Amino acid sequence: MNGAAHVAVRDFALDYGTGSQRMAAVQDLSLEVKPGEFVSLIGPSGCGKSTVLNALAGFMQPTRGLVQVDGAEIRGPSPDRGMVFQQYSLFPWMTVRQNVEFGLKMKGIGATERQRTARTLLSLAGVLAFENRYPDALSGGMKQRVGIVRALATGPRVLLMDEPFGALDSQTRAIMQSILLELWEASRISVLFVTHDIDEAIFLSDRIYVMTARPGRIKAELAVPLERPRTPDLAGSAGFLQLRSQLRELIREESLKAMGHEVGAVPADQRFGQDLAAVAPP
Amino acid sequence: MHGTLGNLPAVTAALAPQRARRAVPWATLRMLALGLASIALFLLAWHLLTTHRVVAHVRFTNVPTPQAVLARAALAFRDPQFQMNLLISCRRIGSGFLLATALGVPLGMLMGRWRLVREAVLPALELLRPIPAIAWVPISIMLWPTNEESIVFITFLGSFFPILLNTLLGMQGVDPILVRAARCLGAREAALFREIYLPAVLPQVFTGLAVGMGVAWVSLIAAEMIAGQYGIGYFTWEAYSLVSYADIVLGMACIGALGLLSSALVRLAARLAMPWNRAA
Ligand SMILES: Nc1ncnc2c1ncn2[C@@H]1O[C@H](COP(=O)(O)OP(=O)(O)OP(=O)(O)O)[C@@H](O)[C@H]1O
Ligand SMILES: [Mg+2]
Repeated sequence: MNGAAHVAVRDFALDYGTGSQRMAAVQDLSLEVKPGEFVSLIGPSGCGKSTVLNALAGFMQPTRGLVQVDGAEIRGPSPDRGMVFQQYSLFPWMTVRQNVEFGLKMKGIGATERQRTARTLLSLAGVLAFENRYPDALSGGMKQRVGIVRALATGPRVLLMDEPFGALDSQTRAIMQSILLELWEASRISVLFVTHDIDEAIFLSDRIYVMTARPGRIKAELAVPLERPRTPDLAGSAGFLQLRSQLRELIREESLKAMGHEVGAVPADQRFGQDLAAVAPP
Repeated sequence: MHGTLGNLPAVTAALAPQRARRAVPWATLRMLALGLASIALFLLAWHLLTTHRVVAHVRFTNVPTPQAVLARAALAFRDPQFQMNLLISCRRIGSGFLLATALGVPLGMLMGRWRLVREAVLPALELLRPIPAIAWVPISIMLWPTNEESIVFITFLGSFFPILLNTLLGMQGVDPILVRAARCLGAREAALFREIYLPAVLPQVFTGLAVGMGVAWVSLIAAEMIAGQYGIGYFTWEAYSLVSYADIVLGMACIGALGLLSSALVRLAARLAMPWNRAA
């Protein structure tokens, strides 16, 4: 039962709305997460990243295509697939520990064992001191840490993360990334991590998928051949910088498209030059 | 082990918050002073107008003085008949209000959760809602075998709609992300209701209860005045018929005090039921 799952999305399409309002959010998207792999999904705003994640969580059915975990079609939400949301989603009426225990309680696990599991995970994430506080009293970074811990508590085989650090300042963000990697190293489950932060994707992932502007498809797939465990000073290494400029160019194209611009025949390096000339003082 | 010097910082630290608490801010003092002055001024005006039996279109000839009411109150509170009137009104409010809560909250939650229920129930309710509870008095007397039941029914009607509609509104405001999070963690429908929807609508439910409590009193007093035997509303109206003017004002004062008390009870319940809610 335990261990990491294999996630597969094949020729996935999802339309929102009906009739004349019908609109394709995602089209012909295929991706996979191998057992124990940390994979990021990166793309411009509105390209359908959350849509893919929501289908994997089981909140919506694909219009076309397959969404599978270990070869079985996803029918609905399951504690096998943990989810961390873009918005803060702790239950305000439960203390931090009750939040983390919630999934275990749903599984019918006794109070003593629930408490032990929750406290172990909370201390790993450095928020044990707040176990009896309500989420209201927590900073954004702490809330998201508890959110991650809550998703991990039931022992899921896949962790789906939808821009979990999007609302945090860059300092907190960097700390959160390290904490996330520590937690992940301890369980090594499969992770699909949505972000639009390039550095974040490189720092965390084994592999990165880049999505096109809406309707979202996979534009590129990049391996991240950087060694683990990863430390923040990795950001200065040659391998990191090369990946970063590669990703930047890919995403820039799509962001421009998303804003309604066409990317013309001008070579990439010159386009950057033009942009710089436009903002630099004469 | 505990040197005098070593204890000093601890002592000052322990004193500091107390000192801060003792220092009542200027704004609070002013508010208190003005509040007392406002009440004193009202009592003075009442006293002067009634002792001098002022007639200036409005006639204070028969309005009792504050002293007369106070004297009457001292007697009445020892009178078992009067005590029973108060008790009966409280019992009617209690049963009508609890009944409205017991029906309104679950129905509101079901209507909020399932569109089908909402679409089936709401039109009929919307039809009845604009009719004030007092307008139900004659029909209610015809409907229910005892007077007591019909008065409780009126009280129930008064508080039912605010409670139901606020609960429904609260359901529509439940953050869907929280529901999704719970479903991801393995919560089924029953668990969703108990662990997510119920606590999530509580703030709105208590808004409904506060409004409902107010309307319940309005409805109860009107019903007692029209159809009552016993009850503080009946007492007040009967005092008018019996020309015991001090009792009229005593009745009014009791109704006001009970209204205040029941609102405070609702607020207290809200604070106890929602320890996470600092605003409550
Ligand atoms: N319920 C919905 N009804 C209609 N359109 C929707 C709905 N949800 C999302 N969309 C649209 O579908 C597209 C993809 O949405 P999605 O939320 O998946 O994008 P995203 O990549 O997660 O964006 P972001 O980076 O802003 O979170 C967007 O253009 C969005 O406006
Ligand atoms: Mg999104």
